[in-house]
Amino acid sequence: MSKRSATVYWIGFSIILALLIVAPLVLTEFWRRFLTEILVWGLLAMSSDILIGYTGMVSFGHSAFFGLGMYGAAAALLMVRPPNLWLAILYGLVGSAGIALFVAYFSTRLRDIYFAITTLIFSQIFYVIIFTWTEVTGGENGLTFRRPALEIPGLFSVPFSSETLHWFVLAVVTASYLILRRITQSPFGMVLQSIRENEARTRAIGYAVERYKMTAVMLSGLFAGLAGVLYALQNRFAAPDFVYFLVSGETVIFNVMGGIGTLVGPIVRAGFFLLLREAFSRFFTEYYLIPVGVIFIAMVIFMPQGLLGFMRRWLNQ
Amino acid sequence: MSTMLGLLQAIPYEALLIQTLNGIVTGMILALIASGLTLIFGIMDVVNFAHGELFMFGAYMGVVVISATGSFWLALVLATLIVALIGAALQITTLRPLLGRDPLTTILATFGISLVMQNYALWQFGPVARKIPEPFSGQFTLFYLEYPWYRVLIAVLSAAIIGGFYLFLKYGTYGIWIRATTQDRVMAEAMGIPVSWVHTAVFGIGAGMAAASGVLFGPLVGVNHAMGLDWVLKAFIVVVVGGMGNLGGSIVASIFISLLEAYASIWVSPAQAVIVSFVVLILTLLFRPTGLFATPK
Repeated sequence: MSKRSATVYWIGFSIILALLIVAPLVLTEFWRRFLTEILVWGLLAMSSDILIGYTGMVSFGHSAFFGLGMYGAAAALLMVRPPNLWLAILYGLVGSAGIALFVAYFSTRLRDIYFAITTLIFSQIFYVIIFTWTEVTGGENGLTFRRPALEIPGLFSVPFSSETLHWFVLAVVTASYLILRRITQSPFGMVLQSIRENEARTRAIGYAVERYKMTAVMLSGLFAGLAGVLYALQNRFAAPDFVYFLVSGETVIFNVMGGIGTLVGPIVRAGFFLLLREAFSRFFTEYYLIPVGVIFIAMVIFMPQGLLGFMRRWLNQ
Repeated sequence: MSTMLGLLQAIPYEALLIQTLNGIVTGMILALIASGLTLIFGIMDVVNFAHGELFMFGAYMGVVVISATGSFWLALVLATLIVALIGAALQITTLRPLLGRDPLTTILATFGISLVMQNYALWQFGPVARKIPEPFSGQFTLFYLEYPWYRVLIAVLSAAIIGGFYLFLKYGTYGIWIRATTQDRVMAEAMGIPVSWVHTAVFGIGAGMAAASGVLFGPLVGVNHAMGLDWVLKAFIVVVVGGMGNLGGSIVASIFISLLEAYASIWVSPAQAVIVSFVVLILTLLFRPTGLFATPK
């Protein structure tokens, strides 16, 4: 990146960040929650962009990582007294990383479409386990818990309000974004991109492709789990619905439609999609997925580069 | 020695036999669904996510036709034809434009189709499960159970449909077109085979087979908008275990996995027995990632 475009980038970044920091002070309660939710789904979308956009592996199993993050957080909040925020995050991350290791070990043996199907099947396996193991997971009803206080040990401890929750989520998502951005620009990220471009050649150069792929899946799963923890904190419950492959499908939608390999694209799209869903669910009530599905099919056919790509091409004309 | 005898006596032979029958019945239904799925993948690299929804639509069409005419057999035929036409129309409108693009885009497109179809069914028919009455209610005594003949008939009919389809592929002119297109799309086109129509026809046939299994299976469970999901997951497992695009492999895998699940459900609840098919899948991925019955290319 040239020096000038880097400056432009950081100025843009600061402006958007500043807007997001100020936003909860001016928005109503409903939209404040909505904005926080966009950030959480944006993080999930971003995490799968590491696989889809940068490594060229389409995962249909992100709901498993997201869901395990939720259930991990739930476990910490229900079992440990008093409930501790950082422990919830730790449990969630450990849970999703464990699952990610398991999934990565098996699914990275396969490529392209076979990888996609295998991750999908694995996420459904976890769905079935969580759904049927009622004694531990609460089955269909899921688990509900109280939100822990926002505390830094020895410094302060305040209960979460919707503003502080928003800021907390914003801080986590921003940090994740910067970390992921750094990773994609690191030598490791370059290897991932070279796997996407030409796997055989990458292997021939001497990189252990399988190990890189597994690391990418785990990294992606870890951030998806973090998104799950944040979502659990926001909603104070963990439910099997979020392990269901519909969530994985939506994650892929965010990516493909937002323009893959951009990290920001998926967040924009997550926001767009949630807005669209909100609008449709007012007109079509519970059948809002019908127009969403139609739009989705049309986009796959007519805008394969995603919203950003489409706009870019349109502007270039 | 006495412990050996004890072990042998502890085996519930009667339950085993009953479960063998159950396993074969569900295995044949699964084979009927999975063979459409694997054929569609084999011929045009389309991973049809909406396959379970076609199955579900077939069952609902069956419900509609039965309530209008009262005939189960008419319902079976009509539902198959209608869903085959719907499938062909879906292929023309959504999948044909994607031909030649990354197969992953077909997952996304069919995922969109399945969202639309599932919610359309929910909207049209509501969340309450419908029932397809059994066409006849004869039973025979199997140890301590009254086993319905209808279940046996399901297995026989499914086998007949699959067998008929196999003969069609092997000897029919259009069957040969389909096999030629699977082998080499470009060459088939050069020989004058209308490849894009073959694709449409195969999608239609696959959809019709899914619909037929939906009607056949309808009497055993309630018909509702989410019934396709369990089956499509199982069908995907079967297709991966059998080797993607391998028709014979997925039929064998269907029966194999269904039998294992049936045996497992002697000891654990049916919901937990699903884990068995997952274990089979994991083992397959570990040792034969391209499928148990994959033919080397």
